[in-house]
Amino acid sequence: MAKMKLTRRKFLIAGGLVGGGLAVAYSLGEDIPGNKALVATAENGQFALNAWVKINKQGEVTVAISQAEMGQGVYTSLCMLVAEELEVDVASVTPEPAPVHPVYANVVAIMDSLPFSDGHHSGEATAGAWAMKQVGGVLGVQATGGSTSVRNFWGPMQQAGATAREMLKQAAANQWNVRADECIAEGGTIKLKNGSKSATYGELVEQASMQEVPQDIKLKSAGARRIIGKSQERIDIPAKVTGQAGFGVDVTLPNMAFAAVKLAPVFGGTVTGWDEDAVKDMPGFIRAVKFETGVAVIADSFWRAKSAVEALPVTFDSGDAVHLSTKSIFALFENNIESDDGRSYSDEGDAKAELSAASDVHTATYKAPFLAHACMEPMNCTAKVGENDVEVWVPNQTSTLMSWIAEQTADVPAENVTIHNTFLGGGFGRRLETDFVVMAITIAKELKGRPVKLVWTRENDIQHDMYRPAALSKFSASLNENGSVAAWHNRVASPSVTRSFVNRLIPWANTDMPDNTTAEGAADIPYQFTNKLMEHFPSPTAIPVGYWRSVGHSYNAFFTESFMDELAWAAKADPVAFRMDHLANHTDFKNVLKKLAEVSDWNNPLPKGRGRGVALHESFGSIVGQVVEVTVGADKELSVDKVTCVVDCGEVLNPDGLISQMESGIIFGLSAALFGEITIENGQVAEDNFPSYDMVRLENCPEISVHIAASGRPLGGGGEPATPPIAPALTNAIFAANNDRIRELPLQKSGYVI
Amino acid sequence: MLTLNINGKNVDVDAEEDTPLLWVIRDTVNLTGTKFGCGVAACGACTVHLDGEAARSCSIPVSEAVGTKITTIEGISDGKLTAVQQAWISEQVPQCGYCQSGMIMAVSALLNENPKPTDDEIDQSITNICRCGTYPRIRKAIHQAVKLQGEA
Repeated sequence: MAKMKLTRRKFLIAGGLVGGGLAVAYSLGEDIPGNKALVATAENGQFALNAWVKINKQGEVTVAISQAEMGQGVYTSLCMLVAEELEVDVASVTPEPAPVHPVYANVVAIMDSLPFSDGHHSGEATAGAWAMKQVGGVLGVQATGGSTSVRNFWGPMQQAGATAREMLKQAAANQWNVRADECIAEGGTIKLKNGSKSATYGELVEQASMQEVPQDIKLKSAGARRIIGKSQERIDIPAKVTGQAGFGVDVTLPNMAFAAVKLAPVFGGTVTGWDEDAVKDMPGFIRAVKFETGVAVIADSFWRAKSAVEALPVTFDSGDAVHLSTKSIFALFENNIESDDGRSYSDEGDAKAELSAASDVHTATYKAPFLAHACMEPMNCTAKVGENDVEVWVPNQTSTLMSWIAEQTADVPAENVTIHNTFLGGGFGRRLETDFVVMAITIAKELKGRPVKLVWTRENDIQHDMYRPAALSKFSASLNENGSVAAWHNRVASPSVTRSFVNRLIPWANTDMPDNTTAEGAADIPYQFTNKLMEHFPSPTAIPVGYWRSVGHSYNAFFTESFMDELAWAAKADPVAFRMDHLANHTDFKNVLKKLAEVSDWNNPLPKGRGRGVALHESFGSIVGQVVEVTVGADKELSVDKVTCVVDCGEVLNPDGLISQMESGIIFGLSAALFGEITIENGQVAEDNFPSYDMVRLENCPEISVHIAASGRPLGGGGEPATPPIAPALTNAIFAANNDRIRELPLQKSGYVI
Repeated sequence: MLTLNINGKNVDVDAEEDTPLLWVIRDTVNLTGTKFGCGVAACGACTVHLDGEAARSCSIPVSEAVGTKITTIEGISDGKLTAVQQAWISEQVPQCGYCQSGMIMAVSALLNENPKPTDDEIDQSITNICRCGTYPRIRKAIHQAVKLQGEA
């Protein structure tokens, strides 16, 4: 594997990812060009009016999308913003992946993922967050994650559409010898207001591209909008019902070879010996490749490569992790929590003193397992390594990091790296990782000049993921005489996602610092308690952990919203009313909860054997409340009947798109709550494919009803916030049905039959 | 050499007889609409039709498909989208879209055999995995497709 060679710029990107200190001192020293990046991609007869919009002489509009289309509908939502201001229909706009360039950076994602983001820290931390914002923009990391796409690009994409429109107007005005404000844009044409003259965008675009880029453009008023806020059909759907949509795994190139791998089963394991001669005569065999953590066979078809690599004799050194098990990892969490050496994230009043004086302390221990992403499209990457260049086709969530890693692995100059983005068959955080890209390039280097497509099997995918961390939470709380929470103490032990991710990219980085990803959803709960303490106990293990749809919120919401429910029942209060009473002046949370109680029929009791549970959680800037209805049989036969969901993400761009993301997030979380567990035994993953790592299917998918409660809140995300509340709403519903309090996921572990 | 009939055309392929049909369709015939999801017939992403019946091509040796009429997602519409495909668009079903070729193939086979399935029959028959969770829309789209087929 190539040694990481860090240039100053790359070093600073790395520094920016790791922490504030380095990054604050940095400035780029060159202007970010407005449209240069896109001009380079323009074909004959096509003109780039800014970094986002190209129009050709037929008037066809192409919009550069820096975000990965992984199912969330970002091609459509970002095109909507451009189309609104450019005065064209969404259906007439063609999205295309943006080139890798700092102008396309996702500032919000960088900010949210960094240790000094707002939310959990105050004082100096806010300064850190400010610095991060600058760094995110300046260093230009293109990333799709953290439910940030619409939040980050709403402004820039609207602006891009408006800028292009004004340049077209100016071109028409020049031609007709009038002022630009005498012209209007409508349906792909510029017209004189009096209707006497008209020209199409195609006729005007060449002249328009020579206009100066106007400043201070007025965007359309909310009342004049035709597209924003109205459900639009997704641009990518027609290709997805005919099999024409091109995913990474579908990349087909002339003279392409195929690779399959066998990887060290134990985390950190390495190859100690192999016998490549044993498979040389197998059909289609081209070459065997040995790398640090495994072996590959390159053949003339994937199946032949896979058959040969399976037959290839290999020995592995397992390394230290061979002693790890799920049991030993939870024992480590337990020890760390009892060591009383946590990192405090939220500390109000004096929870410890209040609890030691309390006569009745409620305690509970909650557990969440490791989880795999299991994207439907298994990991894959096609690479072609030349003498001094590398070309990579890869479904990915961050083309900036892919480009950086390709440069290092192929050991070629940065300008000789080309990354081709494809549709993603799911991302969920897994495709922010670069492991399979490094592997593909390392293999392709052995067959220079020829493209090699590496495809992982589902077994590779499940057993060599960067997992949602397992976590342990220990609560202590007391109630005062009127049934309100007097003290709340939550101690969470888990490995840190950001630390694990950064260590993979920059092994020498010091990452011992606060990390939002492990405290999010636990430190920033909306409930007001006089005495509140949340501590995190960082507990790294050899199991690599990564960003998984909703990250720390995915387990912290289960912990906090379950324990809130326990306290409500302990206080003999209605779970909705109990939450409402602790929301103080958080009117936005209260509004969501109030609407949720209405639309879920909360106050209308269910018959025996059925139950309703509620959970309310904010993540990625959006508040989501859910009520689950279940039916539980005497033998723990469980049916999840209905999920009612209310979301407030501020202003809504594409309502149907938001609803589909809520449905998706709910089912993703439900699969995890019902079935999801990655078990570690002898330092390796016990599960290997869908039969042992199962998913919700049609027959156990509940009816889902989504209600949008848009408020004036700042914009929030849509891709992740529906996932965190589903597990606690479900387990709270089971408690309501049969008094069984579930403190460990998944449910099938507690004997439930789904 | 084996001869397969795919989407109405005969194709000669060079593959070992135990090669799963999926990989012949994808890598040899270059029809990439049929997807690889699990390799063990558990997820249905690779669903095609063999003589009109849904089959999980990742677990069928290519030799078994010789002599059958193989239909893939690329071969189900005759220029005009089928009722199932139209319903998939009108209900805005796909998200990432990776599993949807297999879903559409499974549903098309079901509706050929049972033009008006009940929800229970749908549940028993359509056991494909969609990781994006498009199931509520899939159910609606199936009922919509039934309606469209009835009108045709």
